[in-house]
Amino acid sequence: MVPFAYAAAASAPAAIRHVAQRRDAEFIAGGTDMLQLLQDGVRSPSELIDINRLPMTAIEVGPKGARLGALARMADVADDPRIRAEFPMVAEALLASASPQVRNMASIGGNLLQRTRCLYFRDVATPCNRRAPGTGCPALDGENRLNAILGGSVHCIATYPGDLAVALVALDADVHIDGTRGERTIPVERLHRVPGDAPHLETVLEPGDLITAVTIPAGAAARRSHYLKVRDRASFEFALASAAVGLEVDGGTIRAARVAVGGVATVPWRLRHVEEALVGRPLSADVIHEAARTSSDGAEPRGRNAFKVALLPRTVERALRTVGGLA
Amino acid sequence: MSGSIGRPVSRVDGPAKVTGAARYAAEFAPVDVLHVALVGSTVPKGRIAALDTRAAQKAAGVRAVITHLNAPRLPYRPFDERPEVDPSVGEPLRVFQGPEVRFSGQPIAAVVADTLAQARHAAALVGVTYAAQAATTTFEGGRRRAPKAGGGETRRGAAVQALGNAAVTVDAVYVHPREHHNAMEPHATVALWEGERLTLWDKTQWVNNDAVEIAHVFGLPDDHVRVICPYVGGAFGSGLRTWPHVTIAALAARLVGRPVRVELTRRELYTSVGFRPHTEQRVALGARRDGRLTALIHEATAQTSAYEEHTEETLSPARVTYACPNVLTRYRLVEMDVNTPTHMRAPGVATGLFALECAMDELAVALDMDPLELRLANYAERNEEDDLPWSSKELRACYRMGAERFGWSRRAPAPRSMRAGAWLVGYGMATALYPAYRSEASASATVFADGTASVRSAASDMGPGTYTAMTQVAADVLELPLDRVRFELGDTALPKAPVHGGSITMASVGTAVQAACEAVRAKLGAANGRSYAEALREHGVDRMEATAHVEPGDESKRFSSWAFGALFAEVRVDVDLGIVRVPRIVGAYDVGRVVNPTTARSQCLGGMVGGLGMALLEQADWDPRFGRVMNANFAEYLVPVNADIGELQVLFAPGDDRRFNPLGAKGLAEIGLCGVAPAIANAVYHATGRRLRTLPITLEAVLV
Repeated sequence: MVPFAYAAAASAPAAIRHVAQRRDAEFIAGGTDMLQLLQDGVRSPSELIDINRLPMTAIEVGPKGARLGALARMADVADDPRIRAEFPMVAEALLASASPQVRNMASIGGNLLQRTRCLYFRDVATPCNRRAPGTGCPALDGENRLNAILGGSVHCIATYPGDLAVALVALDADVHIDGTRGERTIPVERLHRVPGDAPHLETVLEPGDLITAVTIPAGAAARRSHYLKVRDRASFEFALASAAVGLEVDGGTIRAARVAVGGVATVPWRLRHVEEALVGRPLSADVIHEAARTSSDGAEPRGRNAFKVALLPRTVERALRTVGGLA
Repeated sequence: MSGSIGRPVSRVDGPAKVTGAARYAAEFAPVDVLHVALVGSTVPKGRIAALDTRAAQKAAGVRAVITHLNAPRLPYRPFDERPEVDPSVGEPLRVFQGPEVRFSGQPIAAVVADTLAQARHAAALVGVTYAAQAATTTFEGGRRRAPKAGGGETRRGAAVQALGNAAVTVDAVYVHPREHHNAMEPHATVALWEGERLTLWDKTQWVNNDAVEIAHVFGLPDDHVRVICPYVGGAFGSGLRTWPHVTIAALAARLVGRPVRVELTRRELYTSVGFRPHTEQRVALGARRDGRLTALIHEATAQTSAYEEHTEETLSPARVTYACPNVLTRYRLVEMDVNTPTHMRAPGVATGLFALECAMDELAVALDMDPLELRLANYAERNEEDDLPWSSKELRACYRMGAERFGWSRRAPAPRSMRAGAWLVGYGMATALYPAYRSEASASATVFADGTASVRSAASDMGPGTYTAMTQVAADVLELPLDRVRFELGDTALPKAPVHGGSITMASVGTAVQAACEAVRAKLGAANGRSYAEALREHGVDRMEATAHVEPGDESKRFSSWAFGALFAEVRVDVDLGIVRVPRIVGAYDVGRVVNPTTARSQCLGGMVGGLGMALLEQADWDPRFGRVMNANFAEYLVPVNADIGELQVLFAPGDDRRFNPLGAKGLAEIGLCGVAPAIANAVYHATGRRLRTLPITLEAVLV
């Protein structure tokens, strides 16, 4: 671990200015991922600016939707009865993440920015284009069981590891960012970048950009929603495949559908073509099967992760059947 | 007798553990202790061509950077007789004695600094240039050969011909992955020199041998090294040997003239303290139509390092578990450029039982016979390999008790024939066994005028409950309440004890404690209702002490002693998603006399959890290009979590094996892991109709 300076931020503007100006300064919130990255030598910031005291912990839920402060803890959001009622997939995605101890510490904003679990990214003795640009990607032909079948490139197939962002992408949630040029709002779906030929650029955030909140629009498909996470053990493991799904059904006909998947792609992955195959059709096992069947279209498996091509459509199908009352 | 033996006593060290009062190796902090960080090699084979330690030496707080270029040549005095925990062929890894790199992760430098953070930072600044050499990093690429010691082959009858003539045969290959002990407590050593005398606070399962090993490394008289280890936070075999980091601690402390602490990181543990070797096994069984075995061939090929031959008892189950006139076993090693594997809970036996018991299940299918009936049809009435009677064997009772509690009779024979909602249900079973060993051991017992007693032996308690069981034995013999007896262990200053491994502690140290307590009573003439206070007063002393040294007799020449068990597992399988869950496991065991039903049950529960991990989760993800374990952390090397564990039931068949030792206990540790993985694998077959012969049985193998 490289020595670093530590300071608690007094205000958001001061914190943003500080991090924007100092090379290799970073924010730290819950620290549940940052500490691992520091200990493994994956990150070596010169300074850590602790934002935990900033007033960004509120969880607000109104008729139009929810606003989650970036420093709301995962556990508090997961336990909020309004979130559980209006956005079940969000609460379920959070509860399927990590362990109770980690969820008590980890923040909503930090969770969105969790780094990949790719085995090579985490072992500094091996090459990794994402960690050390230009060194190569051993995962392409190596221990890539955890890696992505969607959204990868010849430079990187690291899986986006989180659960919450998958649910947020499915629900058209926005992320609110404060930066040196003021505040802006972008869809969560546009926060992360596919690796392409620059896998080290993981998000669209600029130096000093601070996530302040997430907003989630309310709706029938959010209310009737579900997050299914498939993994080897029953808890405390990243997804091999996951599906965040929501349905709005009127008179037996699907009026709206939300489908996003995790554990299989380099970024939280929305499956719009699956949604389109559902909308306007009757809610039935056959319709769900036909729509989910195409979930892996375009997948590029690379050895040990090939099973995800078969697993993903089944995960989507099971999640849709569950939320459709057909499981 | 006060009747302490056999009572379900809670751990006497429990309060110390849950309040944090119990001190583990890394928690001992002599005045002025410095901290050590290691630099591990990043190539699997080659030589260190150049080292740049300038930046590390200049870093804040750094006291020394030790490499092969500046380390003194250490004597490494050879042993007259090698410790039984070390391989009998090859040479242990020597630290900082030359530029050779034998595996990725080998310690090639150590940084000593004022704080751990400073040491780790400086360690990252050490520049290393390698002259890499072609390395053998695949099992397929390794050279296969018989072990140099032992030859690796046993024959009884003519198994090959018998197999050819058998009415029914099965013949298959089973693969067991490299697994790691992954105890919660990382290995750590604190070293303090006082002149030519060295004290080590070290995580170890054998303080006596730890001291002797380090004395040999440094060319010291054995009694110049004291090792202290009152608590071990799990080890599962990783603390049997004295690994290189212990030498590094002693060496660093000597060079800087201050005490030092070495605490391995989780990633370092994957290359520093051994592992269960990757093993591939062929089992071929031949049987008559009535199920009686006529031929049994079991061949195992296991990985070892290029510098030591680690061999294990993978094939002993094949030789003794069942009655069979024709048995052939053949053991082979594959040399790879890895660190040396070592014993991990039920070493070899658990690996071998996985293959043998899955093969027996396959034979039951081929015979259209109930798997339990097949075991009973081949029940071994004596140890046919050694031609000895069992000192005791209650395996029939285990089968019956386990099957009844589990509800084995409800099993519909055909695969895929049982369901619970959308889940396929499978029932599987397996036999477990583990040899019961006993070693010489010493203990001392002192009674005081206030009616308390102190009992001591340099034993270890890595979790099974040595503190508690020995307190019970002593209280029993001394006829004192438990809370009047204090048992001390884990210090070479105490009477000598054997290795805390192979499930021998109860049979060995327990009988020594029993003998020491009997001796002190005899010395006092304590009997006839006199209190210890009265007896001591008559002797005109305020305390009385006796020491006992006990050795096994010739019982192992007259009897074969093994612990036995019968495991039953239910699995539920979601074949669409590849998910396997284990709602319940029942284990029935014959371990002789049960000294403490509470800690005995805990042992078996732990074994079931470990066995579930072996069956479904555990494996090192090995990248041969780098010769590295890629999932060297607790997030990606999977062990079971609470949510994976269903109902676990532990039953003990009544037993009391006085032919084996005067306490009647056969040892209870390794047996807990045995048979669990094959019972689960057989249940997966029963649920799905798919025979999966590679562990762990992962989601993608089940997905259809």
